[in-house]
Amino acid sequence: MEPSDTELIAAVRKGDVSQFEPLIARYQPRVFATARRYARREDEIQDIVQEVFIKAFQKLDSFRAEAPFEHWLMRLAVRTCYDFLRAHQRNRETTLTDLSDPEVDWLERFAASPADNSKNTDAARALVERILAQLSPEARLVITLLEIEDRSVKEISQLTGWSVPLVKVRAFRARAQMKKILETLTREKYL
Amino acid sequence: MDLEKLQQKLMAVAKASPPSEQVPYAFEKRIMARLTAPLSVDVWAVWGRWLWRAVAPCMSVMAALGVWVLATMHPEPESQNLEQAIENTLLSGDDVAGE
Repeated sequence: MEPSDTELIAAVRKGDVSQFEPLIARYQPRVFATARRYARREDEIQDIVQEVFIKAFQKLDSFRAEAPFEHWLMRLAVRTCYDFLRAHQRNRETTLTDLSDPEVDWLERFAASPADNSKNTDAARALVERILAQLSPEARLVITLLEIEDRSVKEISQLTGWSVPLVKVRAFRARAQMKKILETLTREKYL
Repeated sequence: MDLEKLQQKLMAVAKASPPSEQVPYAFEKRIMARLTAPLSVDVWAVWGRWLWRAVAPCMSVMAALGVWVLATMHPEPESQNLEQAIENTLLSGDDVAGE
């Protein structure tokens, strides 16, 4: 039988560093998935994941076991991703003006028939990524957690460390920002 | 174009395609290697960091000393004329020797 998180954490705290490895192996898929929501390049994703686990190791003494280890780790992961977004907001690679042909096709099909646009989801995904990349770090984090991951305001508050009213304010601003980006996108291409 | 519907559609696409949970081979080993690696100290980097940290206090001390010197400086009484001042300076050696 595999040791539980609590047993592994206790062993690491006692000085058996090697017991941290099973914890990494257990949770790295989830941390990778989280990092992939905010970074595109594989080297950036790996840097984020590595940072998350190094922080987790260094802060393990502050883990109080009041909530599952996974929740504590995911909080660290989300905050590390937010730090990454803030650090990289100046060098965004994508713009709204250089849409690829499949993205333009997808938008044209949507404009022609909004109800039927099931084809080429790759283009739609690229479009989502492009729009998210234009958002501010706060807005991107809130939109991802609220709209894409379907998390509640309270959950976002716990994950980010922001107060509930602050999450609501940031969600409102994020939606407005997104609407503005969509307006710019469609105005430039279709009006 | 209906922007509200476009946003809903794009969000639905994003929801329907969650990111991959794929992990590079032996990634946990890499992190463990980082965690267990002996801490190597770059002496020159540490020295450089301390030098940079010392810049602000040194500048402050220098500025404070400059202000203090200017505030406490008593101007020398001006000589009667330049000729007399030069003569005094040149002959000061003789005065000392004569004593």
